Amino acid sequence: MLLPFAITADPLDPAGLLALAQQRHADQARTDDVEGPGGLVLFVGVVRGRHLGQEVSALTYEAYEPLAVASFERIAREAADRMPGVVLCLHHRIGTLGVGEPSIVIAAVSAHRAEAYAVSRFAIERVKQISPVWKREHVVGGASWVEGATVDPDDQGPLDEAWRRACP
Amino acid sequence: MPVTVRLFARLREIAGADELARPRAGTVAEVWEALVAEWPALAPYAGSLSCAVNAQYARMTTPVSDGDEVAFLPPVSGG
Repeated sequence: MLLPFAITADPLDPAGLLALAQQRHADQARTDDVEGPGGLVLFVGVVRGRHLGQEVSALTYEAYEPLAVASFERIAREAADRMPGVVLCLHHRIGTLGVGEPSIVIAAVSAHRAEAYAVSRFAIERVKQISPVWKREHVVGGASWVEGATVDPDDQGPLDEAWRRACP
Repeated sequence: MPVTVRLFARLREIAGADELARPRAGTVAEVWEALVAEWPALAPYAGSLSCAVNAQYARMTTPVSDGDEVAFLPPVSGG
């Protein structure tokens, strides 16, 4: 039984998460007496074998699990605040992953395609801004932590930037 | 009752532990300053650090109570 938001050491299940998001949208639409799912967008992030000109052999992810799950819930709320009725489900994997292995799955569902595409993009941008997940990059000759965004979930600037990228 | 400090990624490696018990301090900032005194290599993270108390986003000015879990988050890189 999949949860809508999770950090997991197990391989991700993109099709399962998409089906869960569709089901949740259908249930919610029935309750609210509005249009049910009509557009499903699945984003799968996988380990890329080359980064900034260096061959990458693997990535090791770690997370602060309870806050990461809470951040996914927050991102889904932010999306629904702007686009009522959209449903997001997010899973992020932890542990060491080889090239090509999925690290994140985002399932976005709405009644119409525009909102599903938009919140899919919004969600991945927002994960990179506020979710407490870190990757360590293994390259020939060593490994190092990738340090991206300083987390400030209440900062309006990054939130606006995520929406700008989602709805250009 | 002490506070539990959680460290992640590079911060965890610098301190050599992902979980530490520390005496209660007034604020998150005071907990951090005590860690920096112990591991000066943490100091450069002051400008890019985020924090959480009991798995909720917090500020360095957030008060810390007995038994709280205080987490320090270096810049994130999920996805």
